[in-house]
Amino acid sequence: MTRKYELVYVVSPEASDDQVADLHSQVEAIVQRMNGAIEKTENWGRRRLAYEIGRHKEGTYVLELINGTGELMKEIERRLKVSDLIIRQLTVRVDEEQGKIERTRSRRTEISRRRRIARGLPPDRQPGEGQRGEPDEDRDDRFDMGVEDIR
Amino acid sequence: MNGKKSFGGGRSKPAAGAQGKGGEQRRPMFRRRKVCKFCADKIDDINYKDVKLLMPFVPERAKILPRRISGTCAKHQRKLRTALMRARQLALIPYTAE
Repeated sequence: MTRKYELVYVVSPEASDDQVADLHSQVEAIVQRMNGAIEKTENWGRRRLAYEIGRHKEGTYVLELINGTGELMKEIERRLKVSDLIIRQLTVRVDEEQGKIERTRSRRTEISRRRRIARGLPPDRQPGEGQRGEPDEDRDDRFDMGVEDIR
Repeated sequence: MNGKKSFGGGRSKPAAGAQGKGGEQRRPMFRRRKVCKFCADKIDDINYKDVKLLMPFVPERAKILPRRISGTCAKHQRKLRTALMRARQLALIPYTAE
């Protein structure tokens, strides 16, 4: 049973870039060994932590999207727990939630299209339509991690 | 109130003058009806990685802003809560403020 998981781990700020890359390849090796696949890897870079963890005030965040089994994630979690460089980690299963979001989204566009057609409008929203100040496109800067958002 | 649900007990409706309680002046209190931000903006995905979205629900003391203040609907408040708690684990948002 393969599922989709999202793994975020925080690496100690003392770790060099090589060490961070090494951790990533370790994760990759486990994933490959257990017949999984890494869909995406994202390095958010060094961020300020919202609170001190041990004596650390900063950390390097790495996100991995992994397709695999529960056993695979268990093994990765175990390995990351052993490592001294990892100061935090979080695994979340995302496939169910994503499906739900997709369904609500498609249902919503479906309804709006039907309504627009009933009103004699083209099914999709035209540029420049809508209220003032409302962006035409969906904003896609939601995961901008570079900016200092933490108070 | 025009058929729509208003959360937050009596806070969102104009204070009923019949009780005679409340302000000295009799004029009805005007409060804007609160709406759920996620319903209004059609945000389906309340994600723990989206710190920019979550920050307004984490006031100074770093407690989670209650529904009665923010106006978030029950469904989205639940999702918001899990997102906030995940973000807390990763030190993206604080548990407390000193």
